[in-house]
Amino acid sequence: MVTDKKQDGQARKEYLFDKPENVKRLLWSLYGCLIGLILIDLFIPKHPFFPWEEYPSFYAAYGFVSCVLLVLAAKYILRKMVKRREDYYDR
Amino acid sequence: MIGSIPPAFVLLFGALLIPFLKNRTLRNGYILLLPVVSLINIIGLPPGVESWVWIFLGHKIILGRVDALSLPFGYIFSLAALIGAIYSLEGRSDEHVAAMLYGGSALGAVFAGDFLSLFVFCEIMAFAAAYLVWAGRTPASYQAGLRYLLVHLFGGLCLLVGIIIHVQETGSVAFNALGLSGLSSYLILIGFGINAAFPLLHAWLPDAYPEASATGTVFLSVFTTKTAVYVLARSFAGVDLLIWIGAAMVTFPIFYAVIENNLRRVLSYSLINQVGFMVVGVGIGTELALNGTVAHAFSHILYKALLFMSMGAVLQQTGKINATDLGGLYRTMPLTTIFCIIGAASISGVPLFSGFISKAMVISAAGIGQLGFIWFVLIFASAGVFHHSGIKIPFFAFFGHDSGLRPKEAPLNMLIAMGIAAFFCIAIGIFPGYLYSILPYPIDYVPYTAAHVVDQLQLLFFSALAFTLLILSGIYPAEMRCVNLDADWFYRKGAKAFMSLLNNPLARVGDALRRLVFDLIPGGLLQFSRDPVSSIRITSESILRNLSHSPARQAYLSEEIKRARENYPHDLKKHWTVAPTATWIVLLLLAYLIIYYFF
Repeated sequence: MVTDKKQDGQARKEYLFDKPENVKRLLWSLYGCLIGLILIDLFIPKHPFFPWEEYPSFYAAYGFVSCVLLVLAAKYILRKMVKRREDYYDR
Repeated sequence: MIGSIPPAFVLLFGALLIPFLKNRTLRNGYILLLPVVSLINIIGLPPGVESWVWIFLGHKIILGRVDALSLPFGYIFSLAALIGAIYSLEGRSDEHVAAMLYGGSALGAVFAGDFLSLFVFCEIMAFAAAYLVWAGRTPASYQAGLRYLLVHLFGGLCLLVGIIIHVQETGSVAFNALGLSGLSSYLILIGFGINAAFPLLHAWLPDAYPEASATGTVFLSVFTTKTAVYVLARSFAGVDLLIWIGAAMVTFPIFYAVIENNLRRVLSYSLINQVGFMVVGVGIGTELALNGTVAHAFSHILYKALLFMSMGAVLQQTGKINATDLGGLYRTMPLTTIFCIIGAASISGVPLFSGFISKAMVISAAGIGQLGFIWFVLIFASAGVFHHSGIKIPFFAFFGHDSGLRPKEAPLNMLIAMGIAAFFCIAIGIFPGYLYSILPYPIDYVPYTAAHVVDQLQLLFFSALAFTLLILSGIYPAEMRCVNLDADWFYRKGAKAFMSLLNNPLARVGDALRRLVFDLIPGGLLQFSRDPVSSIRITSESILRNLSHSPARQAYLSEEIKRARENYPHDLKKHWTVAPTATWIVLLLLAYLIIYYFF
């Protein structure tokens, strides 16, 4: 964002996320939604296929855990196995 | 009857006129007209009727099998062809021809009622698609297109052999439910398994799609895989194996998508993941699951095309597609950003977007069937697809770090095409009833229950939280310029190994054989026949010289050989005057007579 202003000497247009406080607002609204969803979940009548779906905030926990595991597995296992130089097939 | 032309023919034969329209406005109008006419033609088809039937070599060829399964694919293929045509309107005519041939043959495959025409249409699709890959016009796209063609020709051969065996066994070319029984059905399954990007048969897709032209990939993302899904739904519904194949398809690509740098390749992996949901639906095979498969194919075509269009616009406007080179484009491409986010929301299954109302049917079918493990896999994949397609694509292209790029907004025709696709993504999400009404089976599925909406939102928002925390903590894997090995390693490196085996050891053996058969033996015979006496002498003296130990004798023999060589071939007339020759001939004829009479 700093380089943005340097580029042509004059003051450039400021865009939405150039202001750090806007990024902060977005993050806080995300956290607000998370808490809201956990609370609403307690009062919703469920019609589950499986018993574990009835645990409070099962989907929240499963979504969070699976995404963290996904990224860690991709980064530390898959990338270690399959990453090659960009010209691997041309050599 | 309005539908008076076989569904495939509008685009297939309409395409052939495109190169002759030199006036640009006229050409563009014609290109837009073709898919519209195709759509109207298909809407006018009477359902439940087999039209354009004729007998070929004693077999019934059907070009218009119109029923509740083929119609939805007919609608969406025509609509996608229209959107793609608008998107690529400013492109070259040859690409338009290939795209329309591609769409037309896909329609042909979907409405085919027999295996022979299905095979022919699939082969046209393979060539047209390869042309669209080549339209990328880079060395990489040339090679990827060639690999694409080879893989699909192999798939076509499997299909053809399977069809021939099937016809041999049953005496019929009718294209109906097969199930898995016998070699022929396995071969046909492999043929379409390649097209549907089954695990290990999938590598052509992330190999070729990112190398095609910005506009070509939009068409590619629509037809081949979804035609395969249609054939699976038609012929292999309820085959348990497909549940497991689909489960593998929804899972492994998302790991690749996380570490992939090329954003169109990320979308290619997520395409496999989405087709995986459809394959699971086919495998479960209940009415709800098959409805889910068709509905998901319908909405998937729209949002995947939308995502590829937004990335195509980025590629065209910046010349870059790697996450490492992009970022911060929302500043100057706001509309493309919004369209991309709509596509991302749809693929992630955010409520009020199309993915929500279609993917849920497949997952519910797994729940009703009490397939607990599969259910867990599908939910995991739903979270994963949000992670890489829903967040990663828009984040790395349009937000993230500022790349300093300030490209112009995409051209008007591209924006219109993206706008239409985005409109349908939202419209289907808000009013699912219209899509549900064209599905193969009657349906009483209600996607919008409080529990479903909250569950899905929890899944998505907490996936987003995981992404946010991983990015902020710096754990999220940095994008890197690199190649990630995939199953295509086996044939890309395998072909090189095979060629070096051919070029080195095998070529040497071949060379030795060639010298023996074509040089040494004929040469020796020639030498012998010219002057048998001298050549026998030279040979025998050479052998004697090699056997002898005394240098004096060797020198003597060398001298002899040299002299014999100098005189070789002797003037034949010296030894072979007419009289002895005649005598020899008489003797030989005599010997022949004796042998003839007594043996």
